[in-house]
Amino acid sequence: MIIGLSHYLVVAAILFTIGVFGIFINRKNVIIILMCIELILLAVNINFVAFSTHMGDIAGQVFAMFILTVAAAEAAIGLAILVVYFRNRGNIAVEDIDLMKG
Amino acid sequence: MMYKIILFAPLLGALIAGLLGRRIGDKTAQTVTTALLLLAAALSWGAFINVGYGHATQEIDLFRWMDVGDFKANWALKVDTLTAVMLVVVTTVSALVHVYSWGYMKDDPGKARFFSYLSYFTFAMLVLVTSNNFIQMFFGWEGVGVASYLLIGFWYKKPSANAAAIKAFVTNRVGDVGLALGIMAIYLIFGSVHFDEVFAQVHDKADLVVPFLGMEFGAIELIAGLLFIGAMGKSAQFILHVWLPDAMEGPTPVSALIHAATMVTAGVFLVCRAAPIYEAAPVVSGFVTILGAFTAFFAATIGLVQNDIKRVIAFSTCSQLGYMFFAAGVGAYDAAMFHLFTHAFFKALLFLCAGSVIVALHHEQDMRKMGGISKLVPVTYILMIVGTLALTGVGIPGVGGFAGFYSKDAIIEAAYAAGAGGHNAPAVFAFWAGLIAAGMTSFYSWRLIFMTFHGKFRGDKETLKHAHESPLNMVVPLGVLAVGAVLAGAFFYGQFLGDHKAGFWGHALPGAGGEHGAEAGGHHDFPTWVLWAPFVVTLLGFILAWLMYIRDNGTEKRIAAEGGVFYKFLLNKWYIDELYEATIIRGARKLGDIFWKIGDIKIIDGFGPNGFAAASLAFGRKLSKFQSGYLYHYAFVMLLGVAGLVAFVSMKAVG
Repeated sequence: MIIGLSHYLVVAAILFTIGVFGIFINRKNVIIILMCIELILLAVNINFVAFSTHMGDIAGQVFAMFILTVAAAEAAIGLAILVVYFRNRGNIAVEDIDLMKG
Repeated sequence: MMYKIILFAPLLGALIAGLLGRRIGDKTAQTVTTALLLLAAALSWGAFINVGYGHATQEIDLFRWMDVGDFKANWALKVDTLTAVMLVVVTTVSALVHVYSWGYMKDDPGKARFFSYLSYFTFAMLVLVTSNNFIQMFFGWEGVGVASYLLIGFWYKKPSANAAAIKAFVTNRVGDVGLALGIMAIYLIFGSVHFDEVFAQVHDKADLVVPFLGMEFGAIELIAGLLFIGAMGKSAQFILHVWLPDAMEGPTPVSALIHAATMVTAGVFLVCRAAPIYEAAPVVSGFVTILGAFTAFFAATIGLVQNDIKRVIAFSTCSQLGYMFFAAGVGAYDAAMFHLFTHAFFKALLFLCAGSVIVALHHEQDMRKMGGISKLVPVTYILMIVGTLALTGVGIPGVGGFAGFYSKDAIIEAAYAAGAGGHNAPAVFAFWAGLIAAGMTSFYSWRLIFMTFHGKFRGDKETLKHAHESPLNMVVPLGVLAVGAVLAGAFFYGQFLGDHKAGFWGHALPGAGGEHGAEAGGHHDFPTWVLWAPFVVTLLGFILAWLMYIRDNGTEKRIAAEGGVFYKFLLNKWYIDELYEATIIRGARKLGDIFWKIGDIKIIDGFGPNGFAAASLAFGRKLSKFQSGYLYHYAFVMLLGVAGLVAFVSMKAVG
């Protein structure tokens, strides 16, 4: 069996779906949401790289490198905010983060 | 220039005291307004001599006011004898009242405001009397109305004062509707509002008939009638008199200045100023005669039993105004103006004396709680007797007497003369009503004196201990007015009514100047009984008062007990207030309530501002429910958005 473009895309789609559901269904804590966002970004990366080799265009892989960088920065900032938040409120349960409630 | 100073000095004083009163302090405000008023008064006497004796009538256009198509009205100063008389009356009494108020309002916190209002009133009154057209006169007319409102309600913390102020204002509005309609009719018919232009055309329009309220009226009669409705309001004639007694809620100097000497005589002035119109309107003149005579009688009957010292004098004023009106009604405009002139002195004197008594007794106005204070306030006592003698018109025919003697007897004789031919029934009625009212005037005036100054003190003993004569700045104006009350009649009789009147009045009044003058002035061709009748009834009134209040003090109480209904009828002022309450006021209030509670609160507020506010608030509340605060909800919405966008773009790309 030859691993083709469609396999990669399916894997990426599965990862993406897991990420999205992770965000919605998860009611526990914020770290999991952050991890799910990373998953979604990875799914996108896989798409980029797959299309890049498939079409012989290097630009997709360059973009993947950018996204990795952004994801790293985002994770760092997100975790930092989370730490501060925990210090202030004492927990990071998603249920309790409803200060913006109207 | 002189006339401009007379007119604008009070305005200047009012502005300084009113706008800068807090900065410059009460003392300065008082001094400035009083000084300016004294200046105006001095100049007014100059003007009086110039115009009355030197015949220097003038008309000065100050500046243009309205100029719309054919409609022209300028700010102007018209100074003829009629104006000069009013100038003297207004500024003199006003200046004296300013001085008097130094003492009377000594402890009042709002002195600057008070003096500002007083000066403003004087200005408005001067605008009224110096105008050369109906529009400017109307401006002054409303101006004095405002001043009257402000001053009646001067003690605005007292609910009764506020109510009285509103009553005066509203009652005057009723009259003003008539006046405004009259002025409109004048413009409609004559095409001008300028006095001279209007009066010159009266003859040409004598037969003109105009429709009004679905009926046909003679144009001149209609105008005269409408103007008189205005005069009735301002001069507190029967039907519209109800505000005057209540106006006594204001400070006493105000009562003396506005509600005795000047503003309430504006109606008489209006009728005299518009004399050419009334000359051509015999029906309305008859009505003026009857209404004036009836008011003279009616107000005097109420005055008989009132217990508030100021109210007695207020009803007396109302009654005396009635005299002036029926004099004007029978064509004796000069006698009306003469009575206006003398009345200003002695009525202001009486009011200010009453004020002096009120101050002496710590703001006690009920005569039942006075008595026997003649020794404590001797000067006031003597001056008040002088005022009473002048008001009751004491004098011996052919010899002389106090001021009221000349003017009041002249009015009664004029009524007799007008009715003598038997063609003028209103004049006959006026003669008898005037005569009876003269007797009652004497009774209530002496009753006031006896109840206040004689007998035993009936009030609080503590008050009596502190009773004292008024300070000099209150007594001096009284003295000046007393001189006027004694001499104004004898001194000016020759000019106003006697041999010199043709020259004095010039063309200011029809009938007085020129060829008619000589015949109407005949003091000598009346039967002896007519000449003596006023004297006799006055004496009778005095004797009756003496019998009831000095010799046998309990008579009034016995009368009150026995003739209960009649006494009560008079005490309650013929139940006119109650009648209005039942017929007009209750309905008006109900209507007002409907407009307020349903029209305003429910409909306008309900659908307007409050409705909008409530609707947007409710909508906002609903909308804010979307803001759950949960992160995954936001993320979900974002996802939906992205999905929607992608779907949209790909649809676009495919389609």
